[in-house]
Amino acid sequence: MLALFTRDLRLGVRAGGGALTGVIFFLAVIATIPFGVGPDLNLLARIGPAILWIGALLASLLGLDRLFQADREDGSLDLMVLADDRHFLALTVLVKCAAHWVGGVLPLVIAAPLLGLFMNMEPLAIGATALTLLVGTPAITFIGAAGAAVAVVLPRGGLLISVLVLPLTIPVLIFGVSASYGALAEPDPFLQPFLILSALTLFLAVIGPAAAGLALRHGSD
Amino acid sequence: MRLIAENLGGERGGEIVFSSVGFELHDGQALIVTGPNGSGKSTLLRIVAGLLPAAQGSVHLADAGEAYPSPASACHYLGHQNAMKTALTVTENLDFWQRFTGEPRLAIGEALDVVGLGGIGHLPYGYLSTGQKRRISIAKLLINHRPIWLLDEPTAGLDKASEERFAALMTTHCAAGGIVVAATHLPLGIEAQELRMGEAAGA
Repeated sequence: MLALFTRDLRLGVRAGGGALTGVIFFLAVIATIPFGVGPDLNLLARIGPAILWIGALLASLLGLDRLFQADREDGSLDLMVLADDRHFLALTVLVKCAAHWVGGVLPLVIAAPLLGLFMNMEPLAIGATALTLLVGTPAITFIGAAGAAVAVVLPRGGLLISVLVLPLTIPVLIFGVSASYGALAEPDPFLQPFLILSALTLFLAVIGPAAAGLALRHGSD
Repeated sequence: MRLIAENLGGERGGEIVFSSVGFELHDGQALIVTGPNGSGKSTLLRIVAGLLPAAQGSVHLADAGEAYPSPASACHYLGHQNAMKTALTVTENLDFWQRFTGEPRLAIGEALDVVGLGGIGHLPYGYLSTGQKRRISIAKLLINHRPIWLLDEPTAGLDKASEERFAALMTTHCAAGGIVVAATHLPLGIEAQELRMGEAAGA
């Protein structure tokens, strides 16, 4: 399993892996917002956490279509499905998700504080948003894996995956953003939405790979 | 160990490709599946591997012991694609499959020597020619032990010398008690039973 993790991570960061396209997309979205919204610094600071979350959400959906498709095209996926008796297929999916997250989504979390400066956010807001992104984005990857597994047979399934997955990620977005705001505005709670966000990630870490495993097993032809 | 297929039927896209195919292979036996294009050779292999559901009948193992609960766990499946990443080196590819598949047998360097490609392990897989790529995936059969080899057009792209070398590998595998099921158009040069597809199916 460690072998699978290192392989996928290596493929992601090596030339043509496309792990960094997400970061560039994230950067493009956040960098254009101040131009669109205008130079109202208070407004930017107020919408900052929400914009960072939306940008990270869309950017992390970007690379999901290749999660299984690359392995399907070269036949690796068949062998992973065949290895089901040794490595439970859902566990294989979980490891692939972990590698995808570390290679493609963790850079977004790391870039978020820098991009927060673009939005004139306070240090506390930047910290809170980065923390909620760190905890919440794995949930997007896990639920995205289920979508990617369903759409794996479609050659141009990228957009379809986003459309399939986006409604399911809305709770993650809501609790992620409300926890970020909770850290700033005094009467709003931080801990409750943050704990629900963590619970969502843990919940989807089980449901997502299990669903993806089922879809892959029955989708192979 | 015995690999038994009973009254097997396969379909693609709702259309029956073949039906009532059966065989039983004991340790050390080989089966060559022949037939025209579209007669269902690849479909048969994928059903035996468990990648496709059978439209009728079943495939199972007998006397396999606890280590192999299903045909899928006992077989190497060599399909049309080589299951290798072009961005990784040959050694990285093989090392991954060796660790992922379990039951390691030959070391990677030895396996590359056996297929006659010793010393190219450091090259990215994408740099190799079609025949060399195929030989690397044949090396993949050697680095992990599996009693059953399911081979789909295994010699596609191989030159004469490599074909002979591969025939010797299959013979060795059978002599050691392994089972080979190969779908092919070309004579493989091994002693085997033959299953002709496309005639009995009544297509």
